[in-house]
Amino acid sequence: MIRFDQVHKRYPNGREALAGLSFTIGDGEMTFLTGHSGAGKSSILKLIALIERPTRGQVFIGGQNLGSIKPRGIPQFRRQLGVVFQDHKLLHDRPISDNVGLPLIIAGVAAREIDKRVRAALDQVGLLGKERSLPLELSTGEQQRVGIARAVVGKPRLLIADEPTGNLDPDLALEIMQLFKRFNDVGVTVVIATHDVHLIERFGARRIALAEGRVAAPADATA
Amino acid sequence: MSVRTWLARHAQTLLGSLGRLAQQPVATGMTMAVIAIALALPLLLTVLLQNTRTATANWNQAFDISVYLDKNAARARAAALARQLRARPDVAAVKVVTAEEALALFRETSGFGTALDALTDNPLPDTLVVTPAVGASTPEATETLREAIATAPDVETAQIDTEWVKRLNGILDILHRVIELTGALLGLGVVLVVGNTIRLDILNRRSEIEVMKLVGATDGFARRPFLYSGVWYGLGGGFLALALVEAAVILLGKPVDRLAGLYGSPFHVRGLGAGLGLAVVGGAVGLAWLGSWLAATRHIRGIEPT
Repeated sequence: MIRFDQVHKRYPNGREALAGLSFTIGDGEMTFLTGHSGAGKSSILKLIALIERPTRGQVFIGGQNLGSIKPRGIPQFRRQLGVVFQDHKLLHDRPISDNVGLPLIIAGVAAREIDKRVRAALDQVGLLGKERSLPLELSTGEQQRVGIARAVVGKPRLLIADEPTGNLDPDLALEIMQLFKRFNDVGVTVVIATHDVHLIERFGARRIALAEGRVAAPADATA
Repeated sequence: MSVRTWLARHAQTLLGSLGRLAQQPVATGMTMAVIAIALALPLLLTVLLQNTRTATANWNQAFDISVYLDKNAARARAAALARQLRARPDVAAVKVVTAEEALALFRETSGFGTALDALTDNPLPDTLVVTPAVGASTPEATETLREAIATAPDVETAQIDTEWVKRLNGILDILHRVIELTGALLGLGVVLVVGNTIRLDILNRRSEIEVMKLVGATDGFARRPFLYSGVWYGLGGGFLALALVEAAVILLGKPVDRLAGLYGSPFHVRGLGAGLGLAVVGGAVGLAWLGSWLAATRHIRGIEPT
């Protein structure tokens, strides 16, 4: 599903975030990217979402070389991807239903279909009945779940999340992680960047530890 | 995307952007007012020009013909020619101004009184002022009459007093050009005002645009609400401009009627009319749309998620 091949990423300020990184994540796998801040976790996710381009090397998603996607093709590519952010990135002046439905509105799905799928997605994250609420009326944990609902409403085959539990207390963090696991259970490939090593030890998922832009530990499953 | 979904989406965005503008009534009103004032100025000048042209249109007709007799013609010649001309069906009235009368009038009005005393001889000829009949007051008929008079014996020259009308029309032509120039400049102003308003709006909603792009929005999708905002600005500004012009026409109506009454004229001030009014609103929408398109295209391209 995901293949990084000798990927270098150097930012305009000179910082080298990735230094010849190579790894492969299989279809339907759940993978944690770990490492200290600055180890390159976020850069990997940005390269996957085409927010950044590699300085050198190649990234393949679902067999497609991202280097071949021109700027015009980026919106279409992102629609096949679910992305969850640490700060949720919700639109605070729109109700939950509009936030969750945004990817479908953008993709041009018919209104009735959107309504159905938004409710389904909210049901999956346990927020059914909150459609008309505004994001700031919800708790941080609930806001994060709205963010997840928005990421999965388009039924992506790949779900990526950048520190999705960063602002949550341990109980809520566990709930969120279990939510991701449930999507993985139905076949979605899930990649989560996190520094919370204790939390992920409870999941039997693969872990890619990063240090200074490279894979630091063998990329094996830690049970 | 089906046509119905597409239409529904556009209608939704259209109303959504209107709702957003309504949430900030003061800022929205100010932008519309700026557009309205910029448009109202050339429009008021246009109303002035149109009304002046209407009021002076019939002045092209009903000109008098000034007939200058030969200096050496006999004294009785003027009165005889006047009688002869009065008999014509295309002549309404003939007034005789003798050389002495003309000199006296000139002495009175010119201020050259003492200088004229130095003359031994009256340099002025006898003059007839011929007013064409109502039925013969078109420019062509007046010209035919002038030619007939000019060939009469003892007539030095006969001329139609059109110079000042030509000058008036010249002034009106310049005014017309001034209106075109101010209109073009202020139209450009509308484009820039709306462009700048939309630019600030985009900067305020930067994070929202980033989020949209993150979940797959094209530049066109992100731009659409701003284009509709521009359309609303133009629509509001256009109608407000018409209201300003109409208010000015109403305010001017009374004094102009009074003045026209003094000249015995049934003239009334007329507004822009429905056709031109519609064109103004359409033009305002077009300019505002252009301004928002330029700003949105340029600034949304620059916003990328980080």
